[in-house]
Amino acid sequence: MANDENILLRVENLVKHFSVTYGNLLKRQRGVIHAVDGVSFELHKGETFGLVGESGCGKSTTGRTLLQLYKPTSGSVYFQDIDITKLKREELRSVRRKMQMIFQDPYACLNPRMTVGEIVSDPLWVYNEGSSRKEIEEEVRHLLELVQLSPSMVSRYPHEFSGGQRQRIGVARALALQPELVVCDEPISALDVSIQAQIVNLLEDLQQQFDLTYLFIAHDLSMVRHICDRVASMYLGVIVELADRNEFYHHPLHPYTKALLSAVPIPDPFVEEKRRRIILEGEVPSPMNPPSGCQFHTRCPIAQKICGEVRPKLVEHASGHFVACHFPSD
Amino acid sequence: MTAKLLDVKGIETQFKTPEGLIYAVNGVSFSLNDGEIVGIVGESGCGKSVTMLSVLRLIDSPPGNIVAGTAHFEGNDLLQMNKEEIRKVRGAQISMIFQDSMTALNPLLTIGRQITEPLETHMNMSKSQAKKRAIELLSLVGIPDAKDRIGEYPHQFSGGMRQRAMIAMALACDPKILIADEPTTALDVTIQAQIIELVKRLRDEIGMAVIWITHDLGIIANLAQRVIVMYGGYFIEEAPVKELYKNPQHPYTIGLLGSLPRMDEDQPKRLISIDGLPPILSEKPTFCPFAYRCTHVMDRCWQENPTLQPINSTHRVACWIDPQTGRER
Repeated sequence: MANDENILLRVENLVKHFSVTYGNLLKRQRGVIHAVDGVSFELHKGETFGLVGESGCGKSTTGRTLLQLYKPTSGSVYFQDIDITKLKREELRSVRRKMQMIFQDPYACLNPRMTVGEIVSDPLWVYNEGSSRKEIEEEVRHLLELVQLSPSMVSRYPHEFSGGQRQRIGVARALALQPELVVCDEPISALDVSIQAQIVNLLEDLQQQFDLTYLFIAHDLSMVRHICDRVASMYLGVIVELADRNEFYHHPLHPYTKALLSAVPIPDPFVEEKRRRIILEGEVPSPMNPPSGCQFHTRCPIAQKICGEVRPKLVEHASGHFVACHFPSD
Repeated sequence: MTAKLLDVKGIETQFKTPEGLIYAVNGVSFSLNDGEIVGIVGESGCGKSVTMLSVLRLIDSPPGNIVAGTAHFEGNDLLQMNKEEIRKVRGAQISMIFQDSMTALNPLLTIGRQITEPLETHMNMSKSQAKKRAIELLSLVGIPDAKDRIGEYPHQFSGGMRQRAMIAMALACDPKILIADEPTTALDVTIQAQIIELVKRLRDEIGMAVIWITHDLGIIANLAQRVIVMYGGYFIEEAPVKELYKNPQHPYTIGLLGSLPRMDEDQPKRLISIDGLPPILSEKPTFCPFAYRCTHVMDRCWQENPTLQPINSTHRVACWIDPQTGRER
């Protein structure tokens, strides 16, 4: 499968641990946060792959580690069949331009001292050293039009824009180098409801136009269903279920996915009346000290003895539907 | 007519800023019955929190100023009370929970102390009585080992636990009204579901009325009996929950419902986006505040600001246009 032309990126057993230290002079290790604990999946060309889960489940860390923004503890990331975890800095640089990122907080991800023109043209200066100033100015104008901002705004600063407009600037910057993969890390969760739809529609249009592949990291399961082709749910650093969109939402097999889906409110009182919620007891355990066996067994309504002892592997239950559970049931 | 538990009329709240006056809330009226759950929905800056903060007189003045209105609670106007009187209402009879539990709780006091304090102040309980009651309350909101955890500080609790502790604090004196200002926005969906179930259960057990402020039309669908939609400091639509979702009348409400993806939808439709931005409230509009973004806008919308008018016995809307025909009502 590794040479399948359709696969843009393949993540194999990716692990990212952060060590927690104490003491200033003699740093001693107090523990290890198992942020990502062995994650494998593939991104197909032109698809939107959703990574969902609650805060602290490792979805953002997965996104950042696969872009090599964090150095992985172990595992491989193949981008177009090159293992980018093994690349040297210079080699990585040329691959990186094809992989961009859009961030969650449109207030924090733009440098307040740079104008919009400088922000969007920055990657162009970094990579296209040969281009003339005029060409770059032309390109910036084009990029701003793409994200539906007026090119006359190039000399304004981020604080003069609203949240939605800033997110558009972030999108323009990500597109400047014509990437193939864009990691969208909660790109809309900081925006107002009516503005969220604007940004999602924009992302969909741009995907069509440039044949982009998105890794869409989010906790809003309704929006993920709307935009993604395939979806994976994460819990405490591992993928517990992965399937095509409709399969994922219609026939979830993992008890965590089921609980997660049942907790999402649907904006329709007639539907809500008939829904039954699975209310999970307790809270997510600390990733510094994850439970033995299956990570979810401490909160799982159907856990049995084996769940506390053996960690289930992510296996294909039906075609394209993977689940990590000892007792998957429809 | 039976007396309303809370009857608010014509509240106007403004803020003085270096850039001029901000017209945050522009004359809103509503009422609340015993045991009812009312949802107030709107985007950030629409005035939904300021409305409720005004009713409880929690607006800092300056810069804030409640310039008009009345808020009758059990026959007395909250806005005319002196400091002592309003203090007795706040916390004891009407209590409020907030979005950010980390800033709403005092980090220097134990969770237990923060719950026993209102009990001692308002209910004249002794220290040991108050402590016993605090443990009961914490168990009621679903905190395990309440007896041991009562001595812990807010930072030792997780986000969901802090939110529960805040609810326990708000419930301490058996309030008649609980005002919840986006209490689940910062929480994960599974924890949000826990909190919503908790509030519904408490409403049934204790019989308090709830005002739930949120931007999430999904939460309201499953929680409230009546919904008020706010925009630009005005109430623009009010209806029983099913009526509002089945038969939305204001173009903003229609847009808001259309902009939400639904998790029970197989073939995703393109989302309806409301173009433009929410209004800046630096002047009191003489026209409809939604006119800039409205797709149905006509001349009259720019000349007069519509007021909330009934279209049937329970449904009120502030719009000149009938969305079915696209013509004036």
